Amino acid sequence: MNLHRFANPARFMRLSSALLPWCGAGAAALIGIGLYLALFIAPPDYQQGEAVRIMFVHVPAAWMASLVYALMALASAIALIWRHPLADIAALSAAPLGAGFTLLCLVTGSLWGERMWGTWWVWDARLTSVLVLFFLYLGYLALVNAFDEPGRGARAGAILALVGIVNLPIIKFSVDWWNTLHQPASVFRLGGPTIDASMLWPLAIMVLGFMLFFATLLLVRMRTTLIEAKIRVLLLSEIERHAAASPRQAVAS
Amino acid sequence: MSEAIARFLAMGGYAAYVWPAYGLTLCVLGGLLWWSLASYRRSRRTLERLQGGREP
Repeated sequence: MNLHRFANPARFMRLSSALLPWCGAGAAALIGIGLYLALFIAPPDYQQGEAVRIMFVHVPAAWMASLVYALMALASAIALIWRHPLADIAALSAAPLGAGFTLLCLVTGSLWGERMWGTWWVWDARLTSVLVLFFLYLGYLALVNAFDEPGRGARAGAILALVGIVNLPIIKFSVDWWNTLHQPASVFRLGGPTIDASMLWPLAIMVLGFMLFFATLLLVRMRTTLIEAKIRVLLLSEIERHAAASPRQAVAS
Repeated sequence: MSEAIARFLAMGGYAAYVWPAYGLTLCVLGGLLWWSLASYRRSRRTLERLQGGREP
């Protein structure tokens, strides 16, 4: 397969403009339905009562936090190995979204934990590794923007994103490897989910909604970056045209 | 009716935890949406101006 067939920014602009309305409408519909099911239809938990409704925003945010990082690392690998021109843009566009999901996961988890465990925060393996994930996102963003030359920043960021991927299995298996206050997996586990279908369905719909929301904003942000690149090219060519028309003035300024 | 609404809002005594969680979700997702769309529109307007009103 020729990857560079998809590397053409003009092709990406066409493809993304066709996809955007569908992704956006799908995200709005799924999150709308998901919120309705989560708040009105899903039953209260037999132990946690109504507080379990926090799950329907906490779990999708937590999964997206890891998923977006995995995608960012994949895009970084493609950027480093094949120099695919859209890969760096994809990774950089995904990072703030991933940071947002991680922040959401941390704060909603804190609210849930205060009620169920009696503490806002503990330094157990799951909570700490997710906090590390949040700092990885912030570090990536700071690093990419720290260089005057965008290419070097993107390269340094890509390496950081790849090194940081070691944190993902730690997050996933932290609840099995260590004694954590956080509960073990109840959806993706051997032997099937342990949560009831009446809660699993609203959760699945919210997760799909969050995924489409991410896809929509990823496309919008990538399009923005490509348009900004085009603006830079146009401005540069304008400056060159002015310089060619009046060379003495250009030297003086 | 208003009793049902009050019961719903009370969230079985967990209102102070459930509603901030949903409120923050709305703020974070809404904030990302607004920020992304605003910079998208700004870049499109700039490009259109540079191209003299032609389609980007």
